[in-house]
Amino acid sequence: MKISRILTTMEYGPAPEDDKPVRSWLTERQGRLGLFIGGQWRRPAGAEEIASVNPATGETLAHIVQARPEDVDDAVAAAREAAPGWAALPGHVRARYLYALARQVQKHARFLAVLETLDNGKPIRETRDIDIPLAARHFYHHAGWAQLFETEFAGFRPVGVVGQIIPWNFPLLMLAWKIAPALAAGNTVVLKPAELTSLTALAFAELCQEVGLPPGVVNIVTGDGRAGELIVDHPGIDKVAFTGSTAVGRIIRERTAGSGKRLSLELGGKSPFIVFDDADLDSAVEGVVDSIWFNQGQVCCAGSRLLVQESIEDAFIAKLKARMETLRVGDPLDKAVDIGAIVSPVQLARIEQLVQQGQQEGAALWQPSWSRPEKGYFYPPTLLTGVAPSATVAQEEIFGPVLVAMSFRTPAEAVALANNTVYGLAASIWTENVNLALDMAAKIEAGVVWINCTNVFDAAAGFGGYKESGFGREGGREGMWEYVKPAWDDLPQERASSPAKAAGEPAGTTPERAAGIPPIDRTPKMYIGGRQVRPDAPYSRHIAGAAGRPLGEVGEGNRKDIRNAVEAARKAAGWRTASGHQRAQVLYYVGENLAARRNEFAERLRAMTGCALEAALKEVDKAVERWFSYGAWADKYDGMVHHTLARHMTLAVPEPVGVIGIACPDDCPLLGFVSLVAPAVAMGNSVVAIPSERHPLAATDLYQVFDTSDVPPGVVNIVTGARDPLAQVLALHDGVDAVWYFGSREGSRMVEQASAGNMKRTWVNYGRNRDWFSRDQGEGREFLREATHIKNIWIPYGA
Amino acid sequence: MQPVVRPSSPSDDSARNGSAPRGSMGPAPGENPAGAAGSFGRRFSIEPGARPDNPGVPLDLDWVKAVRVNRSAVERRAATLPARRTVKKQWQVAWLLRAVQVLDLTTLSGDDTPGRVRRLCAKARQPVRPDLLASLGVAGLPLRVAAVCTWHELVPAAVEALRDSGIPVAAVSAGFPAGLSPLAQRVAEIRASLAAGADEIDIVISRRHVLTGDWRALYDEVRAFKEACGQAHLKAIIAAGELGTLANVARASLVCMMAGADFVKTSTGKEAVNATLPVGLVMVRAMRDYMERTGHRVGFKPAGGIRQAKDALAWMFLMKEELGVPWLGPGLFRLGASGLLNDIERQLEHCATGRYSAAHRHPMV
Repeated sequence: MKISRILTTMEYGPAPEDDKPVRSWLTERQGRLGLFIGGQWRRPAGAEEIASVNPATGETLAHIVQARPEDVDDAVAAAREAAPGWAALPGHVRARYLYALARQVQKHARFLAVLETLDNGKPIRETRDIDIPLAARHFYHHAGWAQLFETEFAGFRPVGVVGQIIPWNFPLLMLAWKIAPALAAGNTVVLKPAELTSLTALAFAELCQEVGLPPGVVNIVTGDGRAGELIVDHPGIDKVAFTGSTAVGRIIRERTAGSGKRLSLELGGKSPFIVFDDADLDSAVEGVVDSIWFNQGQVCCAGSRLLVQESIEDAFIAKLKARMETLRVGDPLDKAVDIGAIVSPVQLARIEQLVQQGQQEGAALWQPSWSRPEKGYFYPPTLLTGVAPSATVAQEEIFGPVLVAMSFRTPAEAVALANNTVYGLAASIWTENVNLALDMAAKIEAGVVWINCTNVFDAAAGFGGYKESGFGREGGREGMWEYVKPAWDDLPQERASSPAKAAGEPAGTTPERAAGIPPIDRTPKMYIGGRQVRPDAPYSRHIAGAAGRPLGEVGEGNRKDIRNAVEAARKAAGWRTASGHQRAQVLYYVGENLAARRNEFAERLRAMTGCALEAALKEVDKAVERWFSYGAWADKYDGMVHHTLARHMTLAVPEPVGVIGIACPDDCPLLGFVSLVAPAVAMGNSVVAIPSERHPLAATDLYQVFDTSDVPPGVVNIVTGARDPLAQVLALHDGVDAVWYFGSREGSRMVEQASAGNMKRTWVNYGRNRDWFSRDQGEGREFLREATHIKNIWIPYGA
Repeated sequence: MQPVVRPSSPSDDSARNGSAPRGSMGPAPGENPAGAAGSFGRRFSIEPGARPDNPGVPLDLDWVKAVRVNRSAVERRAATLPARRTVKKQWQVAWLLRAVQVLDLTTLSGDDTPGRVRRLCAKARQPVRPDLLASLGVAGLPLRVAAVCTWHELVPAAVEALRDSGIPVAAVSAGFPAGLSPLAQRVAEIRASLAAGADEIDIVISRRHVLTGDWRALYDEVRAFKEACGQAHLKAIIAAGELGTLANVARASLVCMMAGADFVKTSTGKEAVNATLPVGLVMVRAMRDYMERTGHRVGFKPAGGIRQAKDALAWMFLMKEELGVPWLGPGLFRLGASGLLNDIERQLEHCATGRYSAAHRHPMV
């Protein structure tokens, strides 16, 4: 084109990034890439191959291998073999390796950026300025955690061999998010990249070779979901870390249930982007661009639901449409392109289908006047207005450059709309009013809240979801917990839960009985909403005391009792917002009133278990102490302010999980109950507890203690009966946010499997007993971490 | 204030309530004709050679007070904008030539003399070596800068030196750069500059009115300057570096436009901080807001500290992205600079020869 002609149009013209170095890298490998196992490259003869396609052109870039079962076996074996040596290295030595990896990623940044863009279709501007620098940053940050591991994670050790499965939307960045913390903590990994985008992971494997990483510490196996299944099911894996869709996350939860494998899941989202009338509207428009038109909208935390205050809706939508006109869709290698190609034809078809469905359900479609490229898998930025919360496109994750818009009238309505989703990954809030911003941040159920910004990431902050967006965090100190376990936690998995029956003198002889007068019947009911209520179905179960003699009865709880208890627990929301000090007062008071009835509770324990009086008194005293411990913790389990970006306050706030169902152990019927219920309520949760099935009476005796200790109604609810059937109802209940189960191995499996319905968090014992009297095992931060999840609130500031 | 002109929707919504456009008539990947025209280009049907048409509107304090600017978000956009756009090869040449065409070639030193101004004017007439233009294939291009900008006292020398060139002379009048001389004298200075032959007047506002929130006083002051200017174009320098906050930058820009400024300009070049992209972004957004609500066009002039060709391109990307192509022409956009031209010449020579150039190869001012 002639210069004089350009001077009349002032077009930008093409500005392609050179891809020759990447092309020659692929050519040197004959376009055939292998598996990286035990530090060696493997390309099995006759192995099934998968074409890795450039979505911008449809061209095949290379062929990767579909890993076979024996390949995954070998990879896991290599990781297992490498694990003890890697874990035994001083933190400083692991830090040197991670630092070397960070440097290596940085030194080859442009190569990795171009390779990523070719393979994934995302614009070079993003891979160059965002993906690759963040990946390097992640290795730098975690080199630091390796360096500090012995002091900052004293008393903890690595989990072991970690199976990691990552998605196609941020291939190298997700690899960094997975591998860096795992290695820092001393784990070894078997990682499977998405079959659509495996090339940068394989290039990374070469970087591992270049820095001399010990063989087997990082293993990369490629292939589709079948390879993923092999990893998930593999008995040699100690933990599975997955990022991807909620549907697949649910399958992984079900398949790993009962295996004892630790699990962290970073799943889907339908994140709200909320604009108030006092926001900087032009900046908020740019926020939308960075939110839903970043990476073609293929972002789990994309702000895909625009909620605009009704008074500014028209003005804002007009600004947004004008901005959409200036977005540039096209060749992802072009340095002046904003939106690249959709990763695959399947994904493109899904976007088209959902947009069509949105229109059929009444949404108005708006797209810029220019057309998208013909070749390759492109989709224009799209705005759907007039979308009702009930519309499919308002509820389902589209995972494309499609924004759905709706309006709200008040902050309360914005919160209600924002939380009206099964997901809870992220939220973006735009207002210049600090009161409003922080109020919204507190009320929105999401793991990441960005105030006047969006899609801001840093390795020093945790990232992860609430609700069906998964559990576990990646990044920062909170992310490291996913890759460690307590040093004492080496109990064999097989050990069954059968507390030894304590032989002791028979108890339960009352003065009345001695005098031949019948005792007054004292059968506890359910404790729901602060009241003692009869079981839904009036059945009772006999409770045997020591030596098997009848001791009394409790109500036989059923699913409706659980339902009622969960309703009551959900209504106790005021407890959640009470100050730590207020909650502490109640917990201390419970301890005080329990202490006042020390002998009575000890007698009850003796009668139930037949233990010696001394042992019973010891258990009561420990239970009192535990209430005090959590009274103490209630105002001390603080969050942090992470060191992320300059002039960004990044608050990591521990929030209560919500309603926690707790199935209590049979050993230590009082102390076990208290050890679990106290930390849960100390952190602001409400609980539905199933006391020890065998010895429930110590827990039911607590009704009166709670009643006299100002415990608000609904904070503690107790349903007696058969542990596992009741725990299953809790695990299946979509209104329960977490289930803790301390029972049998089979029951643990059942709870984990049933929890997949709403992807609630679980904490189970796989039939192993802990020492409830021990300070390490019976109380402390482990319990508090289970009782909370971290919300990271990003607050950029500047006058 | 109610909008005087309701901008029409960028296009007829019903026209594309169908499936996504997928045309074989579409542009090549990476090209975007709509972006080239710019949203305001279409909304207001602005010709590429358009000039300001701002008679001003009554002061609207509610509007001024409703301004919200989030500094961090503005800085984020300003930081990523130059990274999102680039021009290469002949497009780079064209954009650099355009940068020359929108240049307000400026000398505002205390030691300026008529001789110095004459040298500047000679450069203004022939800003790039003719052999260089020829080797770039644009030998016939009538290339000259947009204006020459100097002190009131040196206007006669500039007018004389630029006679028959068609290049306007801009005078910094009204107590430049502090704007703290008596208002009557500042108004008189504008009249004197016009009488001396200046075609455009660059005034500087009273920062104290902004810092004390006396928007009425600021409005009246700029209004008085506007009246003194008559038909000559008034460029209002807000001296952004001395306004304290970006919100004040937006408010001051708005009030100047309400008072009838034809251009808003970032800086005198004498503040500690001069033209920065975040300041520019805030000002062009205020301009867009003003134009959307009143229908009146205003021009923009960043000045001070713009020394490199790539800085000039960043400002031009900002204009095209936020306002559209008409704001890349000298009618609505000026770059106030002096040393910048030499760097542009060096880049142009690099485009022509493939060799990195040196300053001494290009005629100095």
